Amino acid sequence: MSTMKLSAAILALTLAFLPMPAMTALDATEMLADPALEARARALAKDVRCVVCQNQSIDDSGADLARDLRRSLRARLLAGDSDEEALAYLTQRYGDYVLMDPPLKPATWILWFAPAGFAAIALLLGLRYFRRRE
Amino acid sequence: MRRLLFLVPLAVFAVLAAWLYLGLGGDPSRIPSPLVGQTVPTFAVDGLATADLEGPALVNIFASWCVPCRAEHPLLTHLAAEESIVIYGIAYKDKPEAARAFLAELGNPYRKVGFDEDGQAGIEWGVTGVPETFALDARGVVVFKHTGPLTPETIRHDLLPALAR
Repeated sequence: MSTMKLSAAILALTLAFLPMPAMTALDATEMLADPALEARARALAKDVRCVVCQNQSIDDSGADLARDLRRSLRARLLAGDSDEEALAYLTQRYGDYVLMDPPLKPATWILWFAPAGFAAIALLLGLRYFRRRE
Repeated sequence: MRRLLFLVPLAVFAVLAAWLYLGLGGDPSRIPSPLVGQTVPTFAVDGLATADLEGPALVNIFASWCVPCRAEHPLLTHLAAEESIVIYGIAYKDKPEAARAFLAELGNPYRKVGFDEDGQAGIEWGVTGVPETFALDARGVVVFKHTGPLTPETIRHDLLPALAR
């Protein structure tokens, strides 16, 4: 086999095993005509959790409910909602759970600050321990 | 006393471990509904709209294609017939013919049925799947939500007390 053929075969094999890029579940019929609005809808959809598949955003998920949520998100943007208003529309119905990033508020302080708190405690205890050994 | 101080981290760990262990037992598909404590969402589908709902009542989201809905149906029939509870139905993402056939076969416990073919009313209600049941009080405020099929236990322990409150 010539080197040329060999490298072509290797290239083909490599390409075949290349991971697929993250694809959207969005199909063309859902897209908005206005590209700027569509770009906002895509960006927002990545922050909205698909409540039935839970670890996927509605942008990734092929679930029926995810498609419905994408559609209503686009309808909100078409109606003139800001990004915040469109997300608020969903959180009023599905709760904060529908956001991929839990919002910072008193109920989530433990979630956001506990890791740093534990690290600080560990650091303090460690410092004390080593200082005492000296 | 100071000698026992080394037990503090162990105690903290034990409490945390117990708390996290309890967290494992929860059902992640049960998402708390922000609608509880709010008035009924604004929606209008073929056959049913917000103004039709008169509490105290139940709003049951069902579909003919949903197997657990079939399982919970006798309980709804019982609630409507024996406990004289008003139930409104919303057929979620279902063809009206199919939903009508479902009710013709199993009996219709609903005062009124709305046909939400495209699932838009479902989004207004924050529906994640069928069946789901909401309880409304006399002012039209949602006082309880149950995700999944009702069981005699949920009805006795959660649903009826919520309606009576």
